[in-house]
Amino acid sequence: MIGITSYGAYIPCYRIKVEEIARVWGDNPEHIKKGLLICEKSVPDLDEDAATIAVEAARNAIRRRDIDPKEIGAVYIGSESHPYAVKPTATIVAEAIGATPDLTAADFEFACKAGTAAIQACMGEVTMGMIKYGMAIGADVSQGAPGDALEYTAAAGGAAYIIGKKNLIAEIEDTFSFTTDTPDFWRREGESYPMHGGRFTGEPAYFKHIMSATKSLMKKVGTKPGDYDYVVFHQPNGKFPLRMAKMLGFVEEQIKPGLVVSKLGNTYSGSSLIGLAAVLDQAKPGSRILMTSFGSGAGSDAFSMTVTDGIEETRGKAPTIAELLKSPKYIDYALYAKHKGKIVV
Amino acid sequence: MAVARLWRHIPARYNLIGTECQICGGLYFPPRTTCPTCRRDGKIIERKFKGTGEVVTYTIIYSASSTFRRQTPYVLAIIRLDEGPQLTGQIVCNPDETKIGMKVRPIFRKLGEDGSSGIIYYGTKFTPLREASK
Amino acid sequence: MRDVAIIGVGCTKFGEMWERSFRDLFVEAGLNALEDAGTRGEDIEALYVGNMSAGKFIDQEHIGALIADYAGLAGSLHIPSTRVEAACASGGLALRDGVMAVASGLHDIVIAAGVEKMTDVETGVTIDALASAADREWEGFMGATFPGLYAMMARLHMHKYGTTREQLATVAVKNHHNATMNPKAQYRKEITIDDVINSPLVADPLRVYDCSPITDGAAAVVLAPAELARKLNDTPIYVRASAQASDTITLHDRRDITTLDATVYAAKRAYEMAGISPKDVDVAEVHDCFTIAEICAIEDLGFVQKGDGGPATEEGITALDGEIPINPSGGLKACGHPVGATGIKQAIEIAEQLRGDVRERQVNGAEIGLTHNVGGTGGTAVVHILSVNKR
Repeated sequence: MIGITSYGAYIPCYRIKVEEIARVWGDNPEHIKKGLLICEKSVPDLDEDAATIAVEAARNAIRRRDIDPKEIGAVYIGSESHPYAVKPTATIVAEAIGATPDLTAADFEFACKAGTAAIQACMGEVTMGMIKYGMAIGADVSQGAPGDALEYTAAAGGAAYIIGKKNLIAEIEDTFSFTTDTPDFWRREGESYPMHGGRFTGEPAYFKHIMSATKSLMKKVGTKPGDYDYVVFHQPNGKFPLRMAKMLGFVEEQIKPGLVVSKLGNTYSGSSLIGLAAVLDQAKPGSRILMTSFGSGAGSDAFSMTVTDGIEETRGKAPTIAELLKSPKYIDYALYAKHKGKIVV
Repeated sequence: MAVARLWRHIPARYNLIGTECQICGGLYFPPRTTCPTCRRDGKIIERKFKGTGEVVTYTIIYSASSTFRRQTPYVLAIIRLDEGPQLTGQIVCNPDETKIGMKVRPIFRKLGEDGSSGIIYYGTKFTPLREASK
Repeated sequence: MRDVAIIGVGCTKFGEMWERSFRDLFVEAGLNALEDAGTRGEDIEALYVGNMSAGKFIDQEHIGALIADYAGLAGSLHIPSTRVEAACASGGLALRDGVMAVASGLHDIVIAAGVEKMTDVETGVTIDALASAADREWEGFMGATFPGLYAMMARLHMHKYGTTREQLATVAVKNHHNATMNPKAQYRKEITIDDVINSPLVADPLRVYDCSPITDGAAAVVLAPAELARKLNDTPIYVRASAQASDTITLHDRRDITTLDATVYAAKRAYEMAGISPKDVDVAEVHDCFTIAEICAIEDLGFVQKGDGGPATEEGITALDGEIPINPSGGLKACGHPVGATGIKQAIEIAEQLRGDVRERQVNGAEIGLTHNVGGTGGTAVVHILSVNKR
């Protein structure tokens, strides 16, 4: 048996509303809100980056289960906004949670699915008995070029998962990945902002990969959409995951609990993992959860899991996603630009 | 700044690891190699502090050195840790809500950076302790 | 130990001295002091110079030799020249080193001086250099500025003792008033309480007019043993006490954040050495790098009870015509604060007050004066007691 021993999340307290971004670029906010099903997105503080977000999420994961950090044998961090091009974020996090020095650590990058790839790596090492616990984190302070459609969604946040065989709160029955070389979204070395293929990011990228991974996983596990209480997909906006759910035969009740994008935005590597955290915050023992991430470039990792009795012991020990989303501080575009380092002097 | 000077302080800056004198029980942050009370008779060991504490006094910095200029105004405080030692650190909060006696908890933040191409310094700042933040 | 006297004083104008270099400033002060003492370079046996941060301000170390060279004391006379440093107390320390050299009998006539050239770098660098007087690793690194640390003292003083915003402002108003009568002062204009409390915030609750300025300047005194002093000078001023004390470098480690124990201990040692008590002091130059610093100083020096500094200032006891006139020169606040020179300038002001040389700002009948010079937020304090009488 392998699965999730603990989880923790972190979301910066600042938000900017769609209306405020639309005001600057002369867009119609109602069209944006209706098109993307998003109202606002999180913005990091001046002194926050993917590393600080990862540390806060990791500390919340440890706090939730009182894990001895020295028992964590691997720390893997998925992000597309690692603070350094060369120098791992993972060492910063490992040191800050007190897991050093007897462990392995590395940074992952696979657009928005690097965090779930990190979970799979941890699963492998735990299964092999190489490590007792592995920590997988997806964290981003994602970038959208000023005026680009991405600017309405590119948000900041992250979630950390401790993978192990003991003290499980959810058993992972299986995982399945679907990967092709599909350049729907990219950022070249040294560039500040990503580029994307516009509508090409939809059908041949997001929908094809999530659908393929999810279907193959259900076939492998022998489940059908109706067997799951909850389903979580990568959330680049509010619309895509809803449509994906419908295409795969899931109903709104299954996807709504984990759909947090409208008040949060797209936290990239954190996106599906924060969605899963929102589900775990409310899932009961025995609940079945299906989660499929998507990373541009492109690939999807699908996971089938069942919540265990252990989940009840972890309630109230670390902030829930609902608590993290509570009492946001709204800022205007000028402050947002300052926070995001968009003002270059 | 040369990196060695920053690297040396990582345990103390990230996790508030200070020292304790086993002879007199004195607690020190930042770490000291000699107990200021027992001096040569002291016996110093590592001691991790929880990071929760209260504001002894504070200021709001409006005029900062080049490193911190972009962050003004920011709250700087002397904090008495629950275990006793006092330290100087920033409080991430609305300046208006800061009060003497306010309870705080530690958070992990960027403290500064050596320009856009140099090393980034991480460490502990503080934020008001609220129910939801536990 | 021999009795020591100040036999000559020299000081540049304080301010933004754009045309003058570090060397020019020092040479002017030194030559003025020698002329005032009626001595010549050949008579000088040693030079002690207080300087905080020439390394950061003008990218120059090895100040002792540089200054001896440009003062004409190195190339042919080869006198020993030593730089001493204790942040803003460097000048006070240089005076103390000079006094000790003469008192011990090692040297007869020496120069004690201080110099700082602060305007050759941009303001951000100056702020940062001054912050190095605090603990760089555990205060400065966290974003502490020098005004910020004193602001935290002010906040707690206000919280504990009810010291008011207006009382702090009164310090600045008084010192500006005194400076109007000092031709060497950086700011020779009156200000009002409203000017202070409406000036821009630097580190809340301290505002621009609560802070001493960035200043260029130099000051020098000539010291001699008492028996020689009377032969060289009609009005030698005797150094009755020279005391120094240390405390933790960080403000947060202090026994009490609103008390500078270094001041308390230096003062106690000085009073003992001089055989006097605080009430015997007729005039004092204290370290008012910020308005709160003067409030703390008059408490810690024993002129008023702890916590009474604010009301006492408001009542005018520290004014020029008050019970204990404080900072007749205008203090660091209005006369200016070229950090390394300040401790020497304080001694010059008191020496001139005791000689009766300062006209409009003269404290009548002053016979005993005190100087109080602080390094950092109180990691070092130096107190000197000067007198017209040897005993």
